[in-house]
Amino acid sequence: MEASPTRAPAVTVEQVSKGFRTPEEASHTLKERVLHPTRGRGHREFMALRDVSFAVQEGEFFGIVGRNGSGKSTLLKCLAGIYQVDSGKMHRRGRMSTFIELGVGFNPDLAAYDNVVLNGIMMGLSPAEAKARYRKIIEFAELEEFQELKLKNYSSGMHVRLAFSVAVQVDADILLIDEVLAVGDAAFQQKCFDVFNRMRDEGKTILFVTHDMGTVQRLCHRAMLLDHGEMIAIGDPEEVGDRYLDMNFTATSQARQGEREGDGFARVVDGWLENDAGERIDQILQGERCTFRAVVQFNEAINHPSLTVALRNERGDNVLILTTIIDHNDSGTFARGERVQFAVSFDNILCPGRYEPVANLAHRGAGHELMDRWAKQMTFVVRSSRTAGGLVDVPGDWTIERLGADAPVGQVG
Amino acid sequence: MASAGVEVIDLGEPIRGPGALSGGWRRTLQLTIAIAKNDFKLRFFGSVLGYVWQLMRPLLLFGVLYIVFTQIVPLGKDLEYFPVALLLGIVLFTFFAEATSAAVSCVVVRENLVRKIHFPRIVIPLAIVLTACFNLLLNLVVVVVFALGSNVPLRWTWLGLLPLLLGLVVFTVGLSMLLSALYVRYRDVQPIWDVSLQITFYASLILVPYETIREKHEVLASGLLANPLAAVLQEARHLVIDPGYVNAADAMGGALRLLVPFAIAIGTFLLGLWTFNREAPRIAEEL
Repeated sequence: MEASPTRAPAVTVEQVSKGFRTPEEASHTLKERVLHPTRGRGHREFMALRDVSFAVQEGEFFGIVGRNGSGKSTLLKCLAGIYQVDSGKMHRRGRMSTFIELGVGFNPDLAAYDNVVLNGIMMGLSPAEAKARYRKIIEFAELEEFQELKLKNYSSGMHVRLAFSVAVQVDADILLIDEVLAVGDAAFQQKCFDVFNRMRDEGKTILFVTHDMGTVQRLCHRAMLLDHGEMIAIGDPEEVGDRYLDMNFTATSQARQGEREGDGFARVVDGWLENDAGERIDQILQGERCTFRAVVQFNEAINHPSLTVALRNERGDNVLILTTIIDHNDSGTFARGERVQFAVSFDNILCPGRYEPVANLAHRGAGHELMDRWAKQMTFVVRSSRTAGGLVDVPGDWTIERLGADAPVGQVG
Repeated sequence: MASAGVEVIDLGEPIRGPGALSGGWRRTLQLTIAIAKNDFKLRFFGSVLGYVWQLMRPLLLFGVLYIVFTQIVPLGKDLEYFPVALLLGIVLFTFFAEATSAAVSCVVVRENLVRKIHFPRIVIPLAIVLTACFNLLLNLVVVVVFALGSNVPLRWTWLGLLPLLLGLVVFTVGLSMLLSALYVRYRDVQPIWDVSLQITFYASLILVPYETIREKHEVLASGLLANPLAAVLQEARHLVIDPGYVNAADAMGGALRLLVPFAIAIGTFLLGLWTFNREAPRIAEEL
């Protein structure tokens, strides 16, 4: 990935700031302006980007990550020339194409040809180029049979395919891609990513905006993290990803403090993860044996309460659920004022990532009558040298044997 | 290569924000034509009767005015080929009204485009006027047919219509740029312009010809010609329909005074361009 030192980066951004003025009171009519010349002129300045600088080398797949409202889309729109920056400079070397939204300006009452030509010109082709590439575009979209139809008769899938084909055929050197692109069905998404991968291999420069860290870690050479318009981290996608997850968890735990669900007949007062040696940990290797412990304070006498521990990944999926309802339904009878420790041991089959344990304490039954919900208290990280890409990872027993050329294939039994 | 110690790295092209003409004249022109073509195609082939509907409006207006003001209240009875002159006026006004009233909200209507893609913003009002030009040309064919059918003689002076139309287009483009840029900030531009158009119709000598007004009020008649639309129409009637229609210079009382409508048209164009250019970089945010 080392660019030769004398070559300038494909995209250079120097100290770019961008603010939006939101009027305190929207006055959209002349009458209001005339009657109240002084009123409603107050503006709140909202800084979407503060002093952002970075450079993207030629041939780099560069991820821009951040939560909603972090300024990542604003940055993309500034780079695309849709917004004007307040200060700072931006440079590019080569033709740039933006994939912010597909099929912008498509007219449903016109056929594919007219739309493709217009959209092509919009995206930077000359009219002659747009016309010359029409055939290739329609082939790539696999819409040869439907070119006579008006666009309104296209399915949404066909619509997206056509738009994507136009964008791809612009063959720019620098691509600005927004995550909204990744809509549509799974097959189409895959096709998009295939194309992006191919472009990456062809040495095109790609700037990709997303809030999904997984995609960044899978595709990007380098990534940048934005928060409240400021660049917080830049560099290796793994490290940037860890910073991003940290940031997300602290934000949600701050937001959720104070409120607590359940009737409070009993409360979980503490919870932690332990390794085999009995030490509290917040990091664990994949495959290791570990134990989750929760201390419950009973405020009333309770018969056979249930405790359910869910381990959530950063996307909020309950990857693993451990519950007394299945494993240990008769949990016992406890008196008012008693303190009890619940512990569950398990093999850590989770794939690498950050997890949050959530403990639900409920009355006997299916776990619906909640006494307490213990959440947003801690997280732990699973580390591993191997990852197959699934949600969980267990060692599989493989056998590989040679078969004769005439061995039966596809027969049951 | 670099013998001096300092090496200058070429960072490439600067990325500029959106502008009225960002991307250059060529691209502006290409896009304008492409958009206008599509729009025109939509209107022409969008419905079964297509162009007939486009023609309906000026023709209906013409029909009503013709019946009322030539058969019932006699207007322009001393003028040669007054019905043709009336139709010519209506066709020119239809172009002006169609272009400017569509232009008012055009940038807001194309919001999706403006917020999602980089292109010379001025293309939007320009395309509106170009589409209206296509319509004007077709409508003028009808006027020619009607004129020849009414035995208006074909004269070389008809060619003089071309620079006149060019002037009208410049004025219309100027207003379109101005109105579309203002509408983004002030939504009451729309009703204001609707009313202004109605006044303009009566102030453009379309219905009551200059020659009729002059008999009652000479100063008012000459004053109305300061309106570029009226000046263009008066001269067009003189050149195309019959020399009996006073030419614009004489009507104003001297060729030098023609500078007034001329200056208004050019001034409007420059003001429109300046306003649009000033607003263009922020339009995507103001919407």
